[in-house]
Amino acid sequence: MSDHAPDEPHVFPEGRKPGEMLFSMLLLLLAGALLAALPWQTTWLNGKGLAAQPRFWPALSLGGVVVFAILHKLSRNQLDRTPGRWLEGLTWIRSLEFIGWYMLYVAAIPVIGYLLATVIFCTLLALRVGYRGKTLLWAALFGLVVVLFFKTAMNVKIPGGAIYEYAPEGLRYILLRYF
Amino acid sequence: MELLSSSIEIIARWDVLLALFIGSIGGVIVGGMPGVGAAVAIAIVLPTTFSLEPIVGLTLLLGIYGSSMFGGAIPAILVNTPGTPVNALTTYDGYPMTKRGEARRALSLAYSASFFGALFSICALMLLAPVLAKIAPMFGAREIFLAALLGILLVVITHRGQVLAAAMLACVGIFLQTIGIESTAYTQRYTFGMGWLQSGIDLIVVVLGLFAVSQALILFMDKDSKITLPEVEKVGFIDQMKDLWIYRRIAAVGSSFGVFCGMIPGVGEFMSQFMSYSYAQRTSKTPEMFGKGNPEGIVASEAANNSVPAAAMIPLLALGIPGEELTAMMLAVFYVHNVIPGPQLFAGQMDFVLALYLCLLLLNVIVVVFLFFSTSTLMKAMTIPNRFLGVMILTFSLIGVYSLRNSLTDVAIASGFGVFGFILKRLDYPTSPIILGIVLGKLMEDKLRTAMARVREPWDFIDRPIAFILFSMIVIALLLQAWTVWKDRKAAKSKTSDTRETQDA
Repeated sequence: MSDHAPDEPHVFPEGRKPGEMLFSMLLLLLAGALLAALPWQTTWLNGKGLAAQPRFWPALSLGGVVVFAILHKLSRNQLDRTPGRWLEGLTWIRSLEFIGWYMLYVAAIPVIGYLLATVIFCTLLALRVGYRGKTLLWAALFGLVVVLFFKTAMNVKIPGGAIYEYAPEGLRYILLRYF
Repeated sequence: MELLSSSIEIIARWDVLLALFIGSIGGVIVGGMPGVGAAVAIAIVLPTTFSLEPIVGLTLLLGIYGSSMFGGAIPAILVNTPGTPVNALTTYDGYPMTKRGEARRALSLAYSASFFGALFSICALMLLAPVLAKIAPMFGAREIFLAALLGILLVVITHRGQVLAAAMLACVGIFLQTIGIESTAYTQRYTFGMGWLQSGIDLIVVVLGLFAVSQALILFMDKDSKITLPEVEKVGFIDQMKDLWIYRRIAAVGSSFGVFCGMIPGVGEFMSQFMSYSYAQRTSKTPEMFGKGNPEGIVASEAANNSVPAAAMIPLLALGIPGEELTAMMLAVFYVHNVIPGPQLFAGQMDFVLALYLCLLLLNVIVVVFLFFSTSTLMKAMTIPNRFLGVMILTFSLIGVYSLRNSLTDVAIASGFGVFGFILKRLDYPTSPIILGIVLGKLMEDKLRTAMARVREPWDFIDRPIAFILFSMIVIALLLQAWTVWKDRKAAKSKTSDTRETQDA
């Protein structure tokens, strides 16, 4: 519940959002596991001061994550819970689908080339997120413009596709160099 | 005079001016698209500037950095959606003015206040430059360590209501920078025997994941909303600028808050506009109109947030300490282009520093002239549907990550941080503590190691004047935070007991 008057600026988020506890618990578990690995993932150098120890900053930062995650959990416990924790968790997982698309796009570049991969990626992703008709053409055009600007004009370092090897001699060079 | 002519010589080149023009206009456009913003744009463009000359690359990114907030005011005023997070307060009075049919006046005030704030800040920066040039060499390892520590502390405690989450995330950032082979004894830290972790986690990959990929995911999960653009009438340039004169006091005070907050690492736009808005409301003859379309509110927030970028360059250039996420990215740009911000830069390359100030000045002129004549065209950028913007951002972000080393691993890491950033954004958690944790954590580790080699007693650490002042500021900041927590708890307790008494009655 906000204490602010309606016309008073309240730019700082308030209340407890669904998934906050889940997030801090996951982060706490991860930091705890990393902290437990401290002895064999870092080194202690004999005869060196604490500030010069390679182990000092990882221990301090992971210790900080653990302490603040616990304090955060305790402080959030006092606020009213907004239901929907698992639904929120599911939304996090659902976002992985788009990461899959993204990884597929990157993996396709060395095979079919930047031009084809980008145009196909933009069109299919636009289709996936619900666009139809003319918007798909805009998406393909956008992909083409990106390639023309970054690879053809700016010469950004992105590898050519393996399929370019099958192109005739003169065209192959152009494809490898500009697309 | 010789210094000035040398600075003008640095920027009086077609490629620098073109970069400045593209950066400025591009910054306004991305600022005007809700859901993109300067952080995403800088993250995407950053790797493509590596092949450019330092001054060209820096100017391009400086243009985006300095102009995005101008553009962010347009959707804030016209459709009640801030283009960048720091334009949030502009919606309070800008949108009600639009509903009253005063959209053009609200936009003009936002542009002129932003322009005033930026000029005020650049003048302050130029006046302070000789002082900075004298003070900066007094910063040794322990002073820089303490200033970085103060920066981290302020980043954490200025996130009111999320201090513990911000502290947790700052620690995550500090931990991330420790991964890999450390640079003094060459021992491995948290590499788990994997080769790809030995060189550590690249800041640019993290930045692209946290800002660009995560933003694309946010947009994909969102629904497209239909935006109806209001009518914006045409008014002469001079008439538009004149209106600010009525609110000159608020513009001057707001800009001063912006300069003050910008200079302190970790404070930034958010706090400055909050302070400025509160001041304007307290001293207004019509405080009840704030939030209902009071022009003073627009002037207060826009003058304050636009005076921050130039002021934030002070700790960045003089000490190499970024104050917020955008300046942290700018620091990465400086390093990539082999320009090391810090006392040496002020001592040895003052003309370069002055050239950057001149670029800031020029970009504001370009932006304000562009905005006054092209707002109607620019408004069309707001009509791009959210999920289509997501497709665009994801496509652009690949260029940033993949062109670094053509590494699939980098893309996978950026994707991982993308999901992490997506979760943080869904929870309304700040991402800036992570970026500052990475940048300032590295600085703190290096400087503490160097400083401790010369320290015998704990007192030695703060026996120099600047070190002592910084240490005192850290202690004061901690005490103030403790006092705020105590006060909030007391208020919460009395509220609970009041509620109980009411229920009992």
